[in-house]
Amino acid sequence: MIPLQPPRRLIDVQIDDETVRVPEGATILDACRAAGKDVPTLCHGDTLTPKNACRVCVVEVEGARTLAPACSRKAEAGMKVGTGSERARHSRKVVLELLGSSVDLSTTPRAAEWTAEYGADPARFGADAATVEQPAKVDNDLYVRDYSKCILCYKCVDACGEQWQNTFAIGVAGRGFDGTISTEFDAPLTDSACVYCGNCVEVCPTGALSFKTEFDMRAEGTWDESRQSETTTVCSYCGVGCNLTLHVQDNKIVKVTSPHDNPVTKGNLCVKGRFGYGYV
Amino acid sequence: MDIRFRDAEPSDEERAAVDAVLGPPATGWEGGARSAADLRFAARAEPRRDLLLPALHAVNDRVGWISEGALDYVCRRLTVPPAEAYGVATFYSLFSLRPRPPRVLHVCTDLACQAKGARRLREQVEERLGPPGETWQESPCLGLCERAPAALALEAGPAPRAEVYAPADADAMVSTPADAMAGAPSPNGSGPRLDVAGDAPAVAAVPQAGQDGLILLRRAGRADPASLDDYRATGGCTALRRAFELGPAGVIREVLESGLVGRGGAAFPTGRKWDAAARQPDHPHYLVCNADESEPGTFKDRVVMENDPYALVEAMTVAAYATGCAQGYLYIRGEYPRAAARLAHAIATARARGLLGPDILGKGFSFDIELRRGAGAYICGEETAIFNSIEGHRGEPRSKPPFPVEKGLFGKPTVVNNVETLVNVLPILERGARAYAAAEPKLFCVSGAVERPGVYELTFGATLRELLELAGTTGTTRAVLLGGAAGAFVTDLDIPLTFEGTRDAGATLGSGVVLVIDDTVDLRQLLLRIAEFFRDESCGQCVPCRVGTVRQEEALHRLSRRVSHDDLVLLRDVGRTMRDASICGLGQTAWNAVESAIDRLGVYE
Repeated sequence: MIPLQPPRRLIDVQIDDETVRVPEGATILDACRAAGKDVPTLCHGDTLTPKNACRVCVVEVEGARTLAPACSRKAEAGMKVGTGSERARHSRKVVLELLGSSVDLSTTPRAAEWTAEYGADPARFGADAATVEQPAKVDNDLYVRDYSKCILCYKCVDACGEQWQNTFAIGVAGRGFDGTISTEFDAPLTDSACVYCGNCVEVCPTGALSFKTEFDMRAEGTWDESRQSETTTVCSYCGVGCNLTLHVQDNKIVKVTSPHDNPVTKGNLCVKGRFGYGYV
Repeated sequence: MDIRFRDAEPSDEERAAVDAVLGPPATGWEGGARSAADLRFAARAEPRRDLLLPALHAVNDRVGWISEGALDYVCRRLTVPPAEAYGVATFYSLFSLRPRPPRVLHVCTDLACQAKGARRLREQVEERLGPPGETWQESPCLGLCERAPAALALEAGPAPRAEVYAPADADAMVSTPADAMAGAPSPNGSGPRLDVAGDAPAVAAVPQAGQDGLILLRRAGRADPASLDDYRATGGCTALRRAFELGPAGVIREVLESGLVGRGGAAFPTGRKWDAAARQPDHPHYLVCNADESEPGTFKDRVVMENDPYALVEAMTVAAYATGCAQGYLYIRGEYPRAAARLAHAIATARARGLLGPDILGKGFSFDIELRRGAGAYICGEETAIFNSIEGHRGEPRSKPPFPVEKGLFGKPTVVNNVETLVNVLPILERGARAYAAAEPKLFCVSGAVERPGVYELTFGATLRELLELAGTTGTTRAVLLGGAAGAFVTDLDIPLTFEGTRDAGATLGSGVVLVIDDTVDLRQLLLRIAEFFRDESCGQCVPCRVGTVRQEEALHRLSRRVSHDDLVLLRDVGRTMRDASICGLGQTAWNAVESAIDRLGVYE
């Protein structure tokens, strides 16, 4: 079910010499996608207000001094956007190198593909380049925080805080390269305000947050997405009727997600829907 | 919002410090003692998140660090989730979340101090106090460049104290017993109550003091900065009276006509900003004075605030009148205790004499100023990061658009100007736009290898050579760093010191820094310090800046040992990306000085 939106005026935007028509208020990324361009994104979440922190989606807007983040900059009538200009591609390449050299991107979907596409070489900063490597935090049975894989996109903080869950169990602490996602005073999750809704896991773009099941199976080497099937069903706990997508491998549920286009839950669940599948 | 607290108890001292700022808690719901009556009603706490920074300051000033119990209590009082407050507290370098002694020495190791032997000072302090961390720490620019090398001791206690050492001497700083700090009575009024001791007269920073013909520095050394009567006797309040004659639109017209552009570095036309803000239908409008002067090598705003605090109060009142603001925030960096104390005094006496508050000068216009103290973060000088900091969030810049005149502080139309820009409004109104434009004053902060370092006032059009003749160079001048760490090195002394002239020379006036480098200065070390500064001060929000500044510093470390072509290419690639793709000016300018040193000074040849 897709609820009707109020009518919106359409504006013309030029994307790489091709004119596309998008509703007023759309972002440059929406316009790029309408034009069939594949602009990489990491910190952009389809259910969250963009933070535009990762800068892999930067594009060149004619007349602007700096590059613009496509995910959050609103398209304006008559705007001329270059998605594949040398300047934009250079920045994306270097941003991928900066990320790849400091963060473990091994579980980030499409990271390897983009790294190859843009000719990024994260190794060029040398073996001594500083990284955010640290031991994974396993302090509960439901999900694992592996901040070696964290690109500090703020999505988990936004989902936990005012944008969805209103629990505010985590924030960004510290500053600069030493910044981390943290509970207050870096306390274990079990002592924090966390209610284990797992909405932070749902929005994490790199696998820094993952189901304990997935984390353990990856460690054992048994995680295999090609052998998994996905089934969307309705949660049986209460009457809200949230949609669940069960990820099943070898006839066992290995994780639960929720469709982001559901107009009621927009991908969010509670602890029971997300983690309470043991009885199935 | 259902906030979960950790139930860590504050000590009596911490509780008292917080209550001194916020007042005692009314009910058990907001941290007071639980009573049976509390359980008979459900209270909706008023979120007062914008008082988070003052409350954290209160604890840090009283105890020296912020414990879990203190943070939890602050969160209860203000309805702030503890995880977010922890994120805010760890953002600022003047706060500690771990126990430490009350007295902490901040030793400046930044550009001007480095050129004047900060390294030796640092070693001496380390010899006496051990490695940096608890009792002392290295500090970014303290804004005392004219008396480099500098240090600042901050001592927590029931009457917190600040002591300035400049030029600093390791023996004096380390042997000073805490109780020997001379304590002036605390100033009345809002804001910090720090006793300040051990400073040279502020006028020592103005070599031209007492000269005729000065406009912005005319009161330096002539009028008592603590006396409102002195201020009025030397022409104070004439601009405000003129503003009331002209009306808000008339003031904006004068400012537009004067051609005044922002002195914070971006050089945006001030009149256009005011006009746009005044026209915004959304209300209330806010005025923010950006006194978070943290650019290494910059100290002009400090000197203006210390010598002529009433001028800033008057200029803010004029700006508020023109743009329709009833509330102004003066955001001053935490490393300026003396300027903050003088401003607090000026604001309090102006309020007592009807120059602030309801019905100013009987003209029916209401405006008041709240002084807010930063806590050690260069990025908070960015025009949108300052909003986040005042609101009690991490001092991270916001993406623009929307611009502050549309959505700024608390999401409302906001005028944000720096100190020097605002005080320029006074001569515009006193002399008229045309007369002002004919001899437009500009302040420069001259430091490094010069005989008379300090703040100089020149009219636009003077050349760098003329400025250096006033200050008298020592040794053989190798280069001049124009605009601070975010600026560029130049070697041509005939550059006219105008926005256009410096731009044509591939440099920028920026914040008015003129740091003279002679041939005794190790340029590679200086560049390393610049890189370290940006790495330290990056807020960490966007990848190009967060990781780029680290990679830049790493490459410069390698280059200082061995010059390699690969590292130079790498620097250019990373630098270009920081400039193109960073969210704010910090990342965008973090490579300027290094680039100019490579291209113009051939530092790695």
